[in-house]
Amino acid sequence: MTKKEFTITIYTENQVGLLNRIAIIFSRRKTNIESMNISPTEVSSMTRFTIVVNESEDVIIKLCRQIEKQVEVFKSYYHNEHEIVWQELALYKVPTDIIATQIKVERLLRENGANTVVIRKDYTVFAVTGCRAETEALFKVLKPYGLIEFVRSGRVAILKGSNEFYDRVKEFHQNIHECSQTKHNYIEEKEKVCSH
Amino acid sequence: MKTLKIDKEKISSVTNANEDTGKTISGAVAVLEVLIAEGVDTIFGYPGGAIIPIYDALYDYHTKLKHILVRHEQGAIHAAQGFARVSGKTGVVFATSGPGATNLVTGIADAMIDSTPVVCITGQVFASLLGTDAFQETDIINITAPITKWNYQITDVNEIPEVLAKAFYIAGSGRPGPVLIDITKDVQMATFNFKEYKKCEYIRSYRPKPVVRKNYVEAAAQLINNAERPFVIFGQGIILGNAENEFRQFIEKTGIPAAWTIMGMSALPTDHPLGMGMLGMHGNYGPNLLTNECDVLIAVGMRFDDRVTGRLDKYAKQAKVIHLDIDPAEIDKNVKADVPVWGDCKETLPLLTELVNKKNYKDWIQKFKDLNQKEYETVIQNEQNPSGEELTMGEVIKTMNQLTNGNAIIVTDVGQHQMVTCRYAKYNKSKSNITSGGLGTMGFALPAAIGAAFGDSSRTTIAIIGDGGFQMTLQELGTIMQFKPNVKIIILNNQYLGMVRQWQQLFHNNRYSFVDITSPDFVQVAKGFGIPGESISKRENLNNAISKLLNNNGSYLLEIMVGKNDNVFPMVPQGRGVADCVLNSDEL
Repeated sequence: MTKKEFTITIYTENQVGLLNRIAIIFSRRKTNIESMNISPTEVSSMTRFTIVVNESEDVIIKLCRQIEKQVEVFKSYYHNEHEIVWQELALYKVPTDIIATQIKVERLLRENGANTVVIRKDYTVFAVTGCRAETEALFKVLKPYGLIEFVRSGRVAILKGSNEFYDRVKEFHQNIHECSQTKHNYIEEKEKVCSH
Repeated sequence: MKTLKIDKEKISSVTNANEDTGKTISGAVAVLEVLIAEGVDTIFGYPGGAIIPIYDALYDYHTKLKHILVRHEQGAIHAAQGFARVSGKTGVVFATSGPGATNLVTGIADAMIDSTPVVCITGQVFASLLGTDAFQETDIINITAPITKWNYQITDVNEIPEVLAKAFYIAGSGRPGPVLIDITKDVQMATFNFKEYKKCEYIRSYRPKPVVRKNYVEAAAQLINNAERPFVIFGQGIILGNAENEFRQFIEKTGIPAAWTIMGMSALPTDHPLGMGMLGMHGNYGPNLLTNECDVLIAVGMRFDDRVTGRLDKYAKQAKVIHLDIDPAEIDKNVKADVPVWGDCKETLPLLTELVNKKNYKDWIQKFKDLNQKEYETVIQNEQNPSGEELTMGEVIKTMNQLTNGNAIIVTDVGQHQMVTCRYAKYNKSKSNITSGGLGTMGFALPAAIGAAFGDSSRTTIAIIGDGGFQMTLQELGTIMQFKPNVKIIILNNQYLGMVRQWQQLFHNNRYSFVDITSPDFVQVAKGFGIPGESISKRENLNNAISKLLNNNGSYLLEIMVGKNDNVFPMVPQGRGVADCVLNSDEL
């Protein structure tokens, strides 16, 4: 099976050591993690991992199942790029004197949807939020002008038009004893394993 | 929720607080109170600096908690595994930090891959010293992350009851596995207010017992009812789920032939009329070949290990696969399931049994019998009734069967003797075959047999070990000497690391690279530990020697010299399909 870019979203307890337990599931199969973001969810004490990997779907399913076996993991889903809305944040540090003299800054900001974060005598920091192509575009523009530093965040993603998991998370949270009967939807929805 | 009252006798001397407000005790005492509340009676362990406070508390608890002092921490964990596998209870291990903890690693990995419930409690350096490369500090939490079902480091004494409750719940529920709890020394010494102990019965992110979905059970029943050549293959899931009766009812109602994996062995008595033998690389001829002829393959509590399946793209391609397993990660992992029946087989099997019909599979079963007969004539007959001068492993097991009637617990190490034992040993009762199946840990048998003997002292425990594996953990003879478990040790000595030698002979042009292993005088070694023994090499002494071993009042070591160059057949060569199973080296 051919490798594609997938975004894996994992809902977990906020627990020391869980990052390592999840990371070694990837390294065990020698799968490289392209980016990772860990942040709180709308439900207090629950954490969301957003992990981007290039893998075949077959392997992704197995990875998700191994991840979900971890005691402190609620659910693990994977998505292709059409199923999610996602963004990355990039910061660009450039020498202020070159920017001021050689580039039309206003146009640059407008064309790339960038903001100015910091202006100092020695350098200026721009920020772009968007998809990979958008953050890449400003990188290419600035590179010839003495770009000092470029940094891009891990991906954050949100599901397109589905509140299914959100509801279940609330259920987990509010009604802990009843939801011990909550069905596991891997096999329940075998045809669309992990995909929604 | 069920609650268990802790033993208050000991604690009341420490404090005069009343029941409602709890008692002030140390973390170390709390650990032992929790163990008692969890029904633990036996601990396998080895003390050291970072776990001294727990051992100090144990000094006052030795009448309630039996502590078996092993000779190496690896021995402790294997003993706990043997104990757990025989008793169905969770094994408990104590070890100190650093080397004590790292010495557990092999056994933890073994327990993980063979789904054995074990709780390991390790001491750790003071919390203030964590991460400073302190004396005997190792990051055992991260070392064991991939080989534990769960692990946790306690750095706050108030966490002890809750975390240990979770540890026992996680280790024993769902698909069982090892759990490691690392407790810093300061926490063991700190005091806190210990209230009524509550067993853990729920963790919100953990789903050990799935809800069975009837539609899949129905789909499975339909496939089975329409099958002409159905075949059941089963693993340890039946034993772990205590579903031996449910399984038996299922196959007896349907009349479907069944074969076991090495871990599933003894879940069904070996002489059951529907038992067709063992699967896998050195399994029986019929089950292996007919895996590729059945039309419906019903896998129960097994995980399609590569030693069972051989080459996956040549495995049961013609069959519809029904997979009953409690662990969703096993579904489709190696073999694609047409109908996954996810759940505890104790629940799913009766549902399935209700829906299936009895059918006559006489011709189909005859095919198994014919193939197994061919195996008997080509392989087994010669091994069990050899014409040569040298003793064979096969005739040793045959003689043992005659003398034990299949009632013994048999613990094996890893290698040729393991395969021969599992091929020929008779079992009448479940939880009788204790072996390192998934990890293949040489050195497993002697300590595991010690644990097994403590796990069920009413039965005879026989450890069958090769000359190589015995030398890996023979220090545990000291544990036998001191704590007197009744372990009957049979060393099948072929003066080689036999299985590797077999592969070197068959697949590496007879280049015997470092498999020629020298052994000490095992009988003298045992004598040094106060264990009587004997070494034999002649057929006429075999029966008497095994009788003497079995009848000896206490542990005994019997070394049996067997043929140096014997190979284990049949064999599914690595990288080949199960249907390419060969009966001798000429067929390779």
